[in-house]
Amino acid sequence: MPTTHYTKSHEYIRVEGETGIIGITDFAQAQLGDVVFVELPPIGKSLSKGAEAATIESVKAAAEVNVPVSGTVVEVNSALAESPGVVNEDPSGKGWFLKIKLSDAAELDGLMDENAYREFLKSVS
Amino acid sequence: MRYLPLNSEDRADMLTRVDVKNIDALFADIPEAKRLNHDLDLPHRKTEMDVERLLSGLAAKNVAAGSVPFFVGAGAYKHHVPANVDHLIQRSEFLTSYTPYQPEIAQGTLQTIFEFQTQVAGLTAMDVANASMYDGSTATAEAVAMAQRITKRRKAIVSGGLHPHYTETVRTYAGMAGDDALVLPPDVFATEDLGALVDDETSCVVVQNPDFFGNLRDLSELAAHCKAKGALLVAVFTEAVSLGLVQPPGAMGADIVAGEGQSIGNRLNFGGPYVGLFAAKAKYLRQMPGRLCGETVDALGRRGFVLTLSTREQHIRRDKATSNICTNSGLAALAFSIHLTLLGDAGLRRLARINHANAVDLARRLAAVPGVEVLNKTFFNEFTIKIAGDAAVAVERMATAGVLGGVSVSRLLPDKGLDELLLAASTEVNTEADRAAFVQALQGVLKC
Repeated sequence: MPTTHYTKSHEYIRVEGETGIIGITDFAQAQLGDVVFVELPPIGKSLSKGAEAATIESVKAAAEVNVPVSGTVVEVNSALAESPGVVNEDPSGKGWFLKIKLSDAAELDGLMDENAYREFLKSVS
Repeated sequence: MRYLPLNSEDRADMLTRVDVKNIDALFADIPEAKRLNHDLDLPHRKTEMDVERLLSGLAAKNVAAGSVPFFVGAGAYKHHVPANVDHLIQRSEFLTSYTPYQPEIAQGTLQTIFEFQTQVAGLTAMDVANASMYDGSTATAEAVAMAQRITKRRKAIVSGGLHPHYTETVRTYAGMAGDDALVLPPDVFATEDLGALVDDETSCVVVQNPDFFGNLRDLSELAAHCKAKGALLVAVFTEAVSLGLVQPPGAMGADIVAGEGQSIGNRLNFGGPYVGLFAAKAKYLRQMPGRLCGETVDALGRRGFVLTLSTREQHIRRDKATSNICTNSGLAALAFSIHLTLLGDAGLRRLARINHANAVDLARRLAAVPGVEVLNKTFFNEFTIKIAGDAAVAVERMATAGVLGGVSVSRLLPDKGLDELLLAASTEVNTEADRAAFVQALQGVLKC
């Protein structure tokens, strides 16, 4: 049963076993507007918690996707190169960015669960 | 909106906010020796008439480019600029406007940028070109930075045939960015083997064609070497008119092209403002510096123009931008575009042929002078000669005799043992009589 965790910078990580799928939240995609370009990291790159993993460009801004926890990149969503708009259409599904192999599952404890993130959104909006 | 300059209270307030004692502290990064630490040595006041008289007197001491036989080049070329170029760029819509920031505003300006980009891409045989950079040297430095971003490597190999000012600019940028620039010694005869130096650490090789000494270089083999090692080829030119005859860099496999566009539509302007041309392969589009204008359609399907891919730029991407330059040399680029449009394809080729023919005639005449040796096997409109004597002294003496007879290599490359070398350029503005005067002046100098 996968569990989803959230960061204050609006990334999510959906963890199943040792792997986590990382993307941006629906709130984040709405704030960015139409995503026109996504730059993804090379497979095998090891990233420590908070490091920049990907770059998103929308029609009005450029932003970074940081990894919520440390890990090694095992897969990237190469479909985004052709159709970056999927990030807007389905951020928590087909619009994922990368999969990492977690190096320290204990780091997840510092993140928000879905309820906490929903509360957090109320405080920022 | 009223514009009021700062008063001393505002200044004190600003200094307190940024926690700096005085204004001088803000200039700490400028070497002490380069700072002005005294008042300018100027009279306290003079009347307008006095100033005019004084300055006209000073100006009369100059030997003006247009008033004598002129063979100076070395990166800045005197070409004929048709009167209608200046007339058109002085329309107020063009003359006073700044580079656009709102994506769709000022369609006229955007269209001129789009046409300019199209011309630069066509001229260099590259996929995409930007809206222009400051000049050829900064365009070259930006090309090196771009190669570093693409390859994630930090060593640029810089040809000894690159214009020394360009080399210095590359060195300055690279130094500030923490990159290495391996600069080769002056390469008078274009014999350096750049390909052999390319390794797995190399981000790019920077090479100029025609090079600083006037030699033409076939870059195809070097491009293949670079490709095999995962490095990029940055091709540079200082004389845009050469592209009317010389194989364009894109056709020789260049990945990025940086060049000076002054030759087309722009006068010498005492060294600036000039216009940097910048072009690249389409796959590197997102790593390009500078402004880009694209063609699109509006809601009614009508053709229009828009600034595009602005998320590369500093005003949106802040510190992660591809460059801290987010402007273009708009007016100089427009002059380039208008002149090139007036010339057309056939006109540019013809202009280039005239330049080459004039330079060939000059080389032939100079080669016949005792004590003069033409060093180039190939050249476009500029070449290097070796004279029996100091070229810098010869240039001064020729100027006294009313001929601006080229540039001594030592002026740009001092202390390299190149004191006898002189760069001579001959464009379409030189007449046969001019060339005869040059030969005569040089002969006079060599006799004494």
